[in-house]
Amino acid sequence: MNNFLLYFRYISVSFKSQMQYKVSFLLQVLGQLLGTIIEFLGIWVLFSRFDTIGTWKLSEVALFYGLINISFAFADALGKGFDSFAKIIRNGDFDRLLLRPRTTVLQLLGTEFTLKRIGRFSQGIVVMAWSLSTLHIPFTLETLWLLGTSFIGGVALFVGIVIIQATLTFWTIESLEIMNILTYGGVETAQYPLSIYSKWFQRFFTFLIPLGCVSYFPMLAVLEKEDNFAVPLWFCYVSPIAGILFLIVALQLWKIGERYYCSTGS
Amino acid sequence: MTAYWSLFVARFALLLQYRTAALAGVATQLFWGFVKVMVLEAFFTHVPTTQPMTLHEAIGYVWLGQAFLIAIVPWSGDREIQELIRSGAVGYDLLRPTDLYNFWFTRALALRTAPLILRGIPLLTVTIFLFPIVGLRERSLAFPPSFAAFVAFVLSFIGAILLSSALTMLLTVSMMWTVSGEGINSIFPAIVTIFSGMIVPLPLFPEWSKPILNALPFSGLLDKPFRLFTGNLLPNSLFNVLLHQIFWIVIIVILGRFLVKRGVSKLVIQGG
Repeated sequence: MNNFLLYFRYISVSFKSQMQYKVSFLLQVLGQLLGTIIEFLGIWVLFSRFDTIGTWKLSEVALFYGLINISFAFADALGKGFDSFAKIIRNGDFDRLLLRPRTTVLQLLGTEFTLKRIGRFSQGIVVMAWSLSTLHIPFTLETLWLLGTSFIGGVALFVGIVIIQATLTFWTIESLEIMNILTYGGVETAQYPLSIYSKWFQRFFTFLIPLGCVSYFPMLAVLEKEDNFAVPLWFCYVSPIAGILFLIVALQLWKIGERYYCSTGS
Repeated sequence: MTAYWSLFVARFALLLQYRTAALAGVATQLFWGFVKVMVLEAFFTHVPTTQPMTLHEAIGYVWLGQAFLIAIVPWSGDREIQELIRSGAVGYDLLRPTDLYNFWFTRALALRTAPLILRGIPLLTVTIFLFPIVGLRERSLAFPPSFAAFVAFVLSFIGAILLSSALTMLLTVSMMWTVSGEGINSIFPAIVTIFSGMIVPLPLFPEWSKPILNALPFSGLLDKPFRLFTGNLLPNSLFNVLLHQIFWIVIIVILGRFLVKRGVSKLVIQGG
């Protein structure tokens, strides 16, 4: 069986197990949905008082908001195995994964596809759809390319971050809350256009963690605003690749970490 | 009384153990605060009209929120008690010669006050004293405008902690009715965070919603104490703030006591 098929087997098993407790599942989705709706309500409250943030309208900010939330929701659902990696290491379950004739990355990605993230995902889609229709953005090939690569790049970036977070566990055994800055903090940050933040902050989220590359720059092209911020148009089209490059780097770090690993013996 | 005090001290000491986690938490909270502060700055800079709170008050409000959010937002019930209820070990608590509600309330109080030391004090120190030194005066947390404002803040803050503990108890007890507790435990925090002013300071909400927001118990958690601290609310409104808090504390405690009593009477200890 090739890796891809195997992965789908993992996922279908995981779906079945999550659907065992339907009421509990629905409540969790509802909780997620409510949480993200309230986040957006917060943004709406600020806009109803101030009207604009810099030169941006609510309908434009909604595009950034929607896009980053669907990318994150998808990556978060995918990366559950890495997210709970500290626990896997601590009970010594990782030794078991190492014995199997498949890569550990595949096995961890297949641990669970967290379905309850559908709450955040669907809310992101709705907000994005509202934004695109309010701004009358036509569905051209260019738009589709920008939105599509943005989404894929975003997912890759966030999966990369959780992999790095898990890699650190090889050394610390403890999972580090501080990495939440990059996941949840990243989502929070990218809900607004990067241009509203201080310069050092923009640089951090462009060059070190290429969050701007997977959301801000391509969306500038979708909104046809690239001229205002002196970004060449071609760059908007290719910048989401940075997310995939980030994932590749993360996977390399993971390999190094794995070589370093010695069992806790539990 | 001594029994409750010993319980409080014991729980408190236990919760103080999580120091590394708290340090990481402080760094995370600082980052979060910066994002919020920058967003508010961007909103405030382009608006010509006066707002119900100044940018500097709003920044102070954000930093106080970062310092105290773990302490005074009732994020969840007491997980250990919920586990006891689920496993049936709650039977031991029933045998104790103390009032069950008071016993659990004391634990909730410790749960809410320990983070004040671990997260609150470091964050306040950094945002009040360190920020102006490193050239971030604009983004720092300013001292309360007067001594009276400070006293008003401290008194209302004590009210906020009691209110938060009472709400924590409601969440804890909800476990007696739902087995997993996931529903209420995931929906309640979302409601609290927005209506307490954690996401957006309440003075910035639309005018029409303010009477409702002010009347709800949640404004007594963060909003009113923080506005007394930043000077957005004058110290002479302290009396009303305390009255609002006491009113809700009494209601929620009565409700909590009722729920505990009902819960215990219908409780079936499963297994042996």
